[in-house]
Amino acid sequence: MSFLKIENVTKHFGSLVAVDGVSMSVEKGECRAVIGPNGAGKTTFFNLITGMLDLTKGRVLLEDHDLAGIKPSARVRMGMARTFQITEIFPDLTVRENIQIPVEIAAGLHLAPRVPKARRAELRARIDQLMEEGGLTRIAGRYAGELSHGDQRACEIMMALALNPRLLLLDEPTAGMGDDETHAIARLIRRIHREQNLTIVLIEHDMRVVFNLADKITVLAEGRPLAEGTPSEITANAKVQAAYLGGSA
Amino acid sequence: MSGFDLRKQAPNAAVWLILLSMPLWIDAVGGYTQLGTQVVVMGLAAMSLNFLLGYTGVLSFGHAAYFGLGAYGVGMTIRYLVPSTGLGLLVGTGVGALAAAIIGPMIVRLRGVYFAMVTIAFAQVFYFIAFRWNSVTGGDDGLTNWTREPINFGFATLHIEKDPVTFYYFVLAIFAVAVALMALLLQSPFGRTLIAIRENERRTRFLGINVNFHIWMSWVISCTFMALSGSLYALLNNFVDPRTLYWTQSGVFVIMCVLGGMRSFWGPLVGAAIYVVLQDYLSSATPNWMSFIGLVFVVAVLFFPRGVLGIFRRKSTE
Ligand SMILES: Nc1ncnc2c1ncn2[C@@H]1O[C@H](COP(=O)(O)OP(=O)(O)O)[C@@H](O)[C@H]1O
Ligand SMILES: [Mg+2]
Repeated sequence: MSFLKIENVTKHFGSLVAVDGVSMSVEKGECRAVIGPNGAGKTTFFNLITGMLDLTKGRVLLEDHDLAGIKPSARVRMGMARTFQITEIFPDLTVRENIQIPVEIAAGLHLAPRVPKARRAELRARIDQLMEEGGLTRIAGRYAGELSHGDQRACEIMMALALNPRLLLLDEPTAGMGDDETHAIARLIRRIHREQNLTIVLIEHDMRVVFNLADKITVLAEGRPLAEGTPSEITANAKVQAAYLGGSA
Repeated sequence: MSGFDLRKQAPNAAVWLILLSMPLWIDAVGGYTQLGTQVVVMGLAAMSLNFLLGYTGVLSFGHAAYFGLGAYGVGMTIRYLVPSTGLGLLVGTGVGALAAAIIGPMIVRLRGVYFAMVTIAFAQVFYFIAFRWNSVTGGDDGLTNWTREPINFGFATLHIEKDPVTFYYFVLAIFAVAVALMALLLQSPFGRTLIAIRENERRTRFLGINVNFHIWMSWVISCTFMALSGSLYALLNNFVDPRTLYWTQSGVFVIMCVLGGMRSFWGPLVGAAIYVVLQDYLSSATPNWMSFIGLVFVVAVLFFPRGVLGIFRRKSTE
């Protein structure tokens, strides 16, 4: 049984076939990279997995459980957290509040009229811990909207992690970042992957990050699966060389 | 989070000091007690709307419906059922809450201007019922021949029907409870989830929140307090007419929120005070008072885009 199994998923936008018969199996604890040129359908593929878009064809299974008809928010409660290509955070709230909200949700308090006294210390410790891990402690009181791009990405990743997910989907976590920020984010992802044995699927353009993090790589081109394999297999793959790596490197 | 913070408590202390002492000085500044009561009642209405508008980020343009349902609820209870102010308040608030709970599921999928339009449409339905159903509601002439009744606590009787100052403090006590409840909810994990929806609906959904259900909850809470304020408004005037349900009344509540500041807890109360006082003053001076209020509104929005209290936006800390 694969942890996440994608069977022949297809998405049409009118006459455009954005995702065309993609299958993929991700094992528990695996870090999978999805690569491909702009417009290859990677983000659409994520939107199909998370339920943001309805499938035209195919199936998405989480631990053999067909997710058809399950709303995005319910998929999140099943353990599927994600970040977006364009950062989605709470810009007018402080970094601490950005982390506090998912921590309270994960604690099942999102309808609670108060935080039970007995749990206050535990929740505060969890917020502190997440901010520490994400390198956000020094900016805890700042508005999230005022942060650098890199810090906003880190904040969004820590918000997703605050939910204690079993599967983390990251859409271009290092896009638009300088070298230092890219390294910091890659280190962060690597650490959470190792320490928590979290299953991760990430879309990424930076090949250094991909080869550094991924156990396996899936290559998409024009919505179709072009190749799948370990980083060394993908480097050696002539089709990928021609279609993608050669062109963009 | 931690204990007593003077900078945070100072505005609260100021508001309560002003409200509690109002009957002592309002005559001296050219007002009268009933005007103060009207400020408190309208302030509660605007703050109720702001629970949804300012703290959940959802614009309702039909909140007068629930204000009016509360008003008719209390008036019709006292006139037709039992001459009891307490029961009337319960019925008025309950009817508003029930209507909101039933209408809610039909509208919480809508967003932005679509939500606003449909809330207007529902409000107009209630308006036409009140307007047309002459025999019961009094139609355009309003519901008359009833007055607020003294409240009997067994050991003592509160004569709210005669002395305006007694009635003012009666209203203020209810205001205090309602406002404390709203503050409590907004500072709770539930309240933070509502603020999260306002800030970024997509992010909130992808934190696992059933956004539509939370908007429904916020809508019902907001409309319930709205109905309570409408009930108090009817008691203040010993009268209800269909204009309390009309869409322009909904617009007035939105103006109060924007004027005072939707992002601040007390902002809508300040907006209501400005509006009510200005209306009282201008409407005796000129028949065109509405255009003056419009002018004040435009100027306020230009100079205080976050509302009058928006200038006190909290600073971020390093
Ligand atoms: N909601 C949508 N409606 C119509 N077309 C879309 C939509 N989302 C994506 N597309 C199209 O689908 C294709 C794949 O887009 P996308 O999944 O964003 O690619 P990638 O993330 O690989 O860059 C593009 O041609 C894009 O224009
Ligand atoms: Mg993309």
